[in-house]
Amino acid sequence: MTITKGGADGRRGQGGGAASAGEPGSAPAAPARGTERHSHVPGAGTARAVAIERAQREMLRDGSSAATAAAGRVAGKRTRIGADVVCESLIRQGVHTFFSYPGGVILPFYDVLGDYPELRHILVRHEQGGAHAADGYARVTGQVGVCMGTSGPGATNLVTGIGTAQLDSIPMVAITGNVPGALLGKDAFQEIDINGITLPMTKHNYLVRDANDLPRVLAEAFHIARTGRPGPVHVDITKDALQQETSAPHPSHEEVVAGLPGFKPNLDGHYRQLKLAAQEIAQARRPVIMAGHGVLHAGAEQELLALAEKAQIPVAWSLLGIGAMDETHPLAYGYMGMHGWKHTNRAIQSADLLIALGMRFDDRVTGNVKTYAPYARIIHVDIDPAEIGKNVAVEVPIVGDARRVLEALLPMVPAVDTQERRDYLAQLAGWRKESEASSWHGSGAWRDGLLSADYVVARIGELTNHDATYVADVGQNQMWLARYAGFRHPNTHVSSGGLGTMGFSLPAAMGAALGRPDRETWAIAGDGGFQMTSQELMTLVQDRIPVKLAIFDNKKLGMIRQWQEIVYGGNYHSAQLMGPDYLKLADAYGVPAIKATTPDEVDEAIRFAQSVDGPALIWFEITGEQNVFPMMPAGKGLSDLIETWGGPEE
Amino acid sequence: MSNAANGHLPGTPAAPSHSAPPDRYVPGTGEVRRHRLIALVLDRPGVLNRVASLMRARSFNIDSLAVSHTDQPAISRMTITLQGDDVAVEQAAKQLYRLIDVLKVQDVTAEPTIENELALIKVRATDTTRPEILKVVELSRGRVVDLTPESVVIEVTGSEAEIDGFVAMLRTYGIKELVRTGAVVMSRGSGSIEEALKR
Repeated sequence: MTITKGGADGRRGQGGGAASAGEPGSAPAAPARGTERHSHVPGAGTARAVAIERAQREMLRDGSSAATAAAGRVAGKRTRIGADVVCESLIRQGVHTFFSYPGGVILPFYDVLGDYPELRHILVRHEQGGAHAADGYARVTGQVGVCMGTSGPGATNLVTGIGTAQLDSIPMVAITGNVPGALLGKDAFQEIDINGITLPMTKHNYLVRDANDLPRVLAEAFHIARTGRPGPVHVDITKDALQQETSAPHPSHEEVVAGLPGFKPNLDGHYRQLKLAAQEIAQARRPVIMAGHGVLHAGAEQELLALAEKAQIPVAWSLLGIGAMDETHPLAYGYMGMHGWKHTNRAIQSADLLIALGMRFDDRVTGNVKTYAPYARIIHVDIDPAEIGKNVAVEVPIVGDARRVLEALLPMVPAVDTQERRDYLAQLAGWRKESEASSWHGSGAWRDGLLSADYVVARIGELTNHDATYVADVGQNQMWLARYAGFRHPNTHVSSGGLGTMGFSLPAAMGAALGRPDRETWAIAGDGGFQMTSQELMTLVQDRIPVKLAIFDNKKLGMIRQWQEIVYGGNYHSAQLMGPDYLKLADAYGVPAIKATTPDEVDEAIRFAQSVDGPALIWFEITGEQNVFPMMPAGKGLSDLIETWGGPEE
Repeated sequence: MSNAANGHLPGTPAAPSHSAPPDRYVPGTGEVRRHRLIALVLDRPGVLNRVASLMRARSFNIDSLAVSHTDQPAISRMTITLQGDDVAVEQAAKQLYRLIDVLKVQDVTAEPTIENELALIKVRATDTTRPEILKVVELSRGRVVDLTPESVVIEVTGSEAEIDGFVAMLRTYGIKELVRTGAVVMSRGSGSIEEALKR
């Protein structure tokens, strides 16, 4: 059979491509005219066509099985359907709170959800908000975050949040509904190949068409999301699978593991590699530890501290490694990379050994690899073998969980006396002093008669006793938060590092506040990022989620402006950004709000937000042209930091 | 701003304090050669898509990809030939391992192997050229599998290079159509990737 584009139907008539539609060449069994309704489904009369017709009918009406479920509820009993399996699985996996938005094909789930009062459903205002909220929830609790949405636009709206979780290795399960199985591939209403879309940006994904597969698939999804290097898993479930009766049991953990022969993360470092690492550390004169997100994922903060103290090694951290070490510790040496501290980058460039723990040598960390840490040998510990040797070649690769590797490594590493490192550490201390005295640091409360962003961030850190959850948006605000809030505890810093998703802060803070209600939760957003997801203010109000939202309003896309000033020769375009009156906006949502434009108003505003029982908003009007320095231009190396900028004409 | 005099223009960074050491090696920038990977994968819906999508997304350049069943139910075998330096291909293998459905990946580039692919070639043939074509086929251990007054279809198996040479020979007569399966590879000796999987 030859099929040409667009020609199959036209040439073969209503028989379509179905080989079983009747005698070759003859029309399919034609019903007597006027006695029966003629079907327009290709291949009429076949089992597949009947299934398609039934699915189409159910999409238009509310579906016969939904009616059955409702009738059953009235009678006090009903059968278990796929949607029940979803609820049972969430409960079995320890999910208390999840974030979702209803839609046509996921309504069977909402039809049974009321029968599970132990599940707290947060009705977000946009699916992207739901995905970020699940992400924020996961980052502060270490548990799997769950978000859900319907097919088509509901699913595509989740995509940015799933991508954010993928690049930052966040355990997440995203569940979407899809059109009934028989309509898959027919371009049905709100049908999109969401599995095809999420395939390259998830750890794994599933399409479930049979409710009997649901217990296994959901158990696998949670297991994969949280085991080894964490990541998002997407489960797409057809509407008819959600409605299908099933008695399939939930698998045991052993059954789940046995069913995934291709998924066996390696947790313990190879002994020989550990020995080599210990030798390297013993020989190093200028070692630097670099802590990444993997340290937090593994809960290896104590082990990291123990190694640093035993071998007297200063610790630098990546953006997502913030919180791995108390920043006030003498060996805590600072945030590294493109907008990291100059002294930290200088230490890396002059190091003879880098001990990288749970990080991926991202381009924002290394800059130009050719000139990166030119004198250093590298020990690289990561749970994902694919990260090792991906961006930089390393001398000692160790595949394993950061905590277990450090536990095993620690006894092998000889203790170093502080005296032995005296000169090295004294030099680093001098560099730190120098870099902190630079003009770009501690620029003071005022800049051009307006608030300076670093001052505001520092005050938020101090007035919250450095013990809140701080959620960054993306751009200058993200760098100011990373540098000036002063982090003391693990998992108190939440930031979209890999994907750099503007609009992340408010919804992620929503999830973080629900995950850790014992801590204050602060969202730090620029006026640009805030305007991307501001609709979630209503979710904060409706569900009384006590997020304190600090808008850093410079009436600009600050990082865009900075790059256009420095890299694009002052050719500004779209850097100016109009915004609403944020007090009126907050008032319309019913969120208590306050504005601060001078230094003496800053503390008062922060205390006001803290005093509100529930969400609150602070509108900080900050100076419009403050840059984040130092800065490493893209393509340059860590030794090429720009520290000041007066404009080309000055 | 006050200290404009110290400002650096774009592209004129401060001179590094050290004399320039040699450049650090950037993974994937070494000598490119042809590699052969064998992957055993679970025979699940979408597994081919996952592998192909990963190779595309990570910019690995596939020359050929052959998929088939193995002797074990539910396990498929892929033979992938690709270009890259040794580190890049090792990276490709490690990325493949990240796929949940991938069970085992082996780079057999440096191992003694049997490597073959099958080609079907439809060649224009006239009464004058046909005897010559049949002679070439015979010398190359090919097989005629279809014969018409205007054409010959030839089946041939061999290494990529052997088939390349054979095709070049036939091109003078006029190739109407060509299909190649892509290489399949098996290591020599008694060792078995499938048995290694069971252990």
